[in-house]
This record gives sequence, C-alpha cells and structure tokens, in this order.
Amino acid sequence: MLVPFFFCLRDGGVKVSVTELLVLLEALQRGLADNSVDDFYYLARTALVKDESQLDRFDRIFAAYYRGAEDSLSDLFAEVPEDWLRRQAELHLSEEEKAQIESLGGFEALMEALRERLEDQEDRHEGGNRWIGTAGTSPFGAYGYNPEGVRIGQSGSRHRSAVKVWDQRAYRNLDDSLELGTRNIKIALRRLRKFAREGAADQLDLNATIDSTARNGGLLDLRLVPERHNAVKVLLCLDIGGSMDDHVRVCEELFSAARSEFKHLEYFYFHNCVYESMWKDNRRRHTEKTPTLDLVHTYGPDYKLVFVGDATMSPYEIVYPGGSVEHWNDEPGALWLQRLLDTYPKAIWLNPEPEERWRFTPSIKLINEMMGERMFPLTLAGLDEGMRALR
Amino acid sequence: MTSRLDGDMDRQRFLGTDRYIATDDLTMAVNAAVTLERPILIKGEPGTGKTQLAIEVARSLGKPLFEWHIKSTTKAQQGLYEYDAVARLRDSQLGDDRVHDIRNYIVRGKIWEAFAAEEQPVLLIDEIDKADIEFPNDLLQELDRMEFYVYETRELVRARHRPIIIVTSNNEKELPDAFLRRCFFHYIQFPDRDTMERIIDVHYPGLKKQLLREALEVFYKVRDVAGLKKKPSTSELLDWIKLLLAEDIPPEALRSDNARSAIPPLYGALLKNEQDVHLFERLVFLNRKAGGSS
Repeated sequence: MLVPFFFCLRDGGVKVSVTELLVLLEALQRGLADNSVDDFYYLARTALVKDESQLDRFDRIFAAYYRGAEDSLSDLFAEVPEDWLRRQAELHLSEEEKAQIESLGGFEALMEALRERLEDQEDRHEGGNRWIGTAGTSPFGAYGYNPEGVRIGQSGSRHRSAVKVWDQRAYRNLDDSLELGTRNIKIALRRLRKFAREGAADQLDLNATIDSTARNGGLLDLRLVPERHNAVKVLLCLDIGGSMDDHVRVCEELFSAARSEFKHLEYFYFHNCVYESMWKDNRRRHTEKTPTLDLVHTYGPDYKLVFVGDATMSPYEIVYPGGSVEHWNDEPGALWLQRLLDTYPKAIWLNPEPEERWRFTPSIKLINEMMGERMFPLTLAGLDEGMRALR
Repeated sequence: MTSRLDGDMDRQRFLGTDRYIATDDLTMAVNAAVTLERPILIKGEPGTGKTQLAIEVARSLGKPLFEWHIKSTTKAQQGLYEYDAVARLRDSQLGDDRVHDIRNYIVRGKIWEAFAAEEQPVLLIDEIDKADIEFPNDLLQELDRMEFYVYETRELVRARHRPIIIVTSNNEKELPDAFLRRCFFHYIQFPDRDTMERIIDVHYPGLKKQLLREALEVFYKVRDVAGLKKKPSTSELLDWIKLLLAEDIPPEALRSDNARSAIPPLYGALLKNEQDVHLFERLVFLNRKAGGSS
C-alpha cells in the first residue's frame, strides 16, 4: 500500500529511493509502528527524509495523502483552482519576452504578483485588463496580447491532472540550472587543487628513508617530509549590491565553499566594475577601502584571480572616467580591470546570469572580450570549465 | 529469522532518561535505528544535545559507548586501523622479537574496537561534517556491511554485534546522498517552551517556578532578536541558569520592564559572539531610549 505514497513523495519532490522504502517496510514488519498513525508518521519521516529542508514538503504530502483526498493533494502543487485554469500550464518565453519581463521587475516578481493576484481573485475570468484569465490584456493569462504576459494554460486536457497545472517545478527548474549546493561547488573547486609540501616535516618519506638507511650501512635513518597541502592561492573579487542582489545566495555559497577549499584565499568586494579601490567588509565599504594598487602589490602574480559578478551595468561604467554609479572615478573601470588582468595572468569571471542572456547585454560582451572569453556561467558545468581555464 | 524476531520483542527501547528528555519523534528514530541496526544521523542547532544523545542511549540501554570525534584532519582509515610502520622499523633495528608479527603494529581504530566488542555497543561518530568532504563516502561499505579488510594481515574484520551507530552533523558540509540513504535521519528541533521546562526540570529539579518562568521569558526573547549570529541554545540556557543559581540572582532581577536591568544579568553565558553582544547592547540601549521618550 505504500507504493502510491512513495510515488506521491517522489512527484512532490522529496528525494526518496527504493532502498529507503524497503527500509521503511522492514521497520513496519518488525512492528515498530504498530501503535498509532503518529508512530507511523515519525517512522516514515526518519526513514524517508534525509534533509531538514525537505521536512515541510514531506509533512504536506503526508497530510494530504492520509486525508485520502486526491484533490487536496493536487492543490498542493497547483495552487491555481482547476476550474478557473482549465488547461495545462506552459511557460514558453522567447528571448525578447524574457527581456521584457525585466520591465516588470523580473520573473520572480512577476510570479509573486501572479500569486498575489490569484489571492485577490476568486472567480473565473475572461477579458479585462487586470484579472487573470483567458483572452485579456493583463500580463497574466492565456491568449493575451500583453507582450509582458505569462502564458498560462493554452492546451491540453481538462483532467484531474491539475497536479501539473501551474506546475511549480516549471520554474523551479530554471532555478536548478543556477542552483549549486556547497558540495557541488567544492567538488568543482577541487579541480584547482595543486598540492605542495609545506610546513613541518611530519610524514615518513619511505623512499628517502630506505635510501639513506642503505647508505648508513643498514642503520635506520628516518627521513620525514611535510604533509601535502593544497597550495593554490586565490584572490576572489565579488560584485555586491544592485543587480547582484538576486544572486547573493549563490555567491555566498560559493564563498563559503571556497573558503575551506584553499590555503590562501583573499576576498574583496566591488560594485559593478572594479575601480581604484575595493573593500573587505560590506558594512564599512565607505570607510575601509583597500586601494586596488595595494592589492596588486600585496598579492603576487601566482594568485589566481576569480571575479564573481553579473557584469550587468551600463557600458559607461566600464569605459568612461566618472562612469561609476557610486563615486567619481578618475580612470575608467576598463583600465583597472586591465591592470588586474596584467598582474594576474590566471583570471576568470564567473557570471550568475544565464549564459543565453549574455549576448543581449552589451556590458557582459564587453567584459567577456576584455577577459579574453574567460567568462563562465555560475553553474556546475561553468565552474568546471572555469577551473580548467585557471589551471 | 524467527528467533531474531522474537529477540526484537524483548529488545530494550530507548525512551529518554532521567537526564535527557527525548521527544516522541526522536525516540522513534532511535528505536528504528536500534531495531534495524542501521546508522542514525542526527542534525540540529549546536547545543541541542546531539552528542549527549549517544551517551544517554548507551546509558539507558546499558551498552558500552565508543566515541569517535572527527576533526578536519581525520581520515576514514583512522577509524578502522593504522599500521605503525615506523615503530616496526625501530623495533627491527633494536632486534625486538615483536617485529616478526605484523599484528603487533596494527593499531585499532574506534570502528574496529566497536566491531570487536563483546556485546552490542553504541558507536558515536561525532561531527562528521568536520572531516574532508569524501570522508562519509569512504565509510559506506564499513557502515553498511559492518565489515572491513585489513590488508597487512589479510584478515576480514566483521562486527560481532552490529553496533548502534549515531552520527552527528552540524551542517557545515552537505553529506553525500549515498551516505544519507543508508541512515535514518532526525533533525532535533529547537525545543518549545513545554519541552524546555521539562528539560530544565531534569537538570535543576526544584528550581523556583518564578525564576524558571522569568528565565525562559528572557531566554526566548533573546532568541527572538533578529540578526544574532549564534542564537543561544539549550546548553547555553542550562549554563546560564546554573550561573543565576550560583550568584543567587532573584527572579525579579530578570524582569525586563525593570529599566535598570534591561540587560539580563550574566548574559555572557547566553551570547557567545562579540558581535552579538554588541548588537544586543545596542538594541537594549535603543529600546530604553524609546521607552524613556514615550
């Protein structure tokens, strides 16, 4: 009887494997949860969910499943009343449309507005220019002619498969291409590892010991070497504020992963483009600045330079003196970027913006050219490629 | 198989102890792990009693406890055994007879000790997330089959009794899926007020009701301060109450509407982070100013 529940969990995005289901069944057979539904719930939870972030999802699915109501289960995922939204959701956005979505504050904002409006609206709706429905000019709904519109439900069956209407995962998947767990990041960063022996000699060097013992006429002469450490030095420059706010979480993950992976890691923040100074503490960015020249002189050319930024700005901010949005810069950002690149031959730029959009943003193109095409998307594949370029 | 099932019937169950309050879901998770002889992974905020759990499980079931504390330099192999080649070389130079048997130079690790125990032991692998990212992967086979191979002596070490393995993690690193699949999992939630009162009761029986109430009031208020880097947890609360008792602070002093002592006494026990202390002091100061002007 647990098989449908198992599939419900999987459909609901709780990562359950067959092994775990078998464990649960074994536990049931051993009579661990004979007493009550509560016991069963606790047992199922401890056996099937392995991440606290999934607990809530598990709870909702469990509740719905044991209420025995399939409809309420579909509501969990749909959130849009089935009667009102009759057809399967499709989110086909062309490049132009994507750009236009920006005018409404981005995809997330649009979805948030949609959600809010759904709460306001109770009945099915047609025409008009505000409410969601079909054939209107509101940004939301189907068959509309607002170019900023999100198309909802244009084809398909009037079925109980409301589960998939407004399928949340339709846009969660967008996230997934960006989403990097710290574990993934670390594994990608490992490509950068270059081991060298440093520090106190505390490991037995077998070859040298045999060699020198033989030389000693058989009398033991132990030889020790230092343990191998990761000797890669990294200078990490993170864009912060403004258009980067959406990506802060990803960047923080990258940062926390990077910190434990290298022996020498120095990090600095900048805003949009590098200029004559950067800072280490974002809260004191206006008082405690580090001149970029000092940075170049302090950290040798054996450091690898990694920029993380969306490089999305007005091209003026890069090429003109005084182009910075925050202060007056005597020399253009491009010159400072070039100085850094001249000092650090091994440099890459990681960009959290999806790669498809790069060619529509002049500033990204510009910086990518300056970087010698060493700009990579902040995805697992991009990180991998970037690390390879840094080696 | 039947005899094994019969054995389960009178198998002891863990229900918490006189020193440790376990919630229903926690006891279920532990008992599932005990019955099915699979590892259990415990996560939760620091100071919610993850490590303590293993100690109490061992105590209440009357089993020996082996503790393996993981550090950033710990390698999986160290839990199994280490071959002391240097000692053997030295002995060979000195003409010691021990040198002819390699077994004299195999040093058992915690896992081996647990595998070799006379009765079923409890094995605590503490803070597994501190180790290298591949560490859990290196232990998959050992934890699954409860056996490993010693290359030097060509012997297979198999657990005499599958130990009850309790693994704790502070979430510093994500653990690999393959490892998670083999474990039961429990996330220790921060205790609600009722549970907290029971917890304090087992630690300080006979604590004055009023002091308890005031202390909890202050404690949960401090926890609610937004932006704290490290929220005070159960262990900090217990330390704090101990200090309050030692200093003989009257319950009235904890009243927050008493403007003079708006900062709770001995709050250093609750807040461990310098930035948090600053933030807290600033907030209290602002509060007092606002209170004074209105």
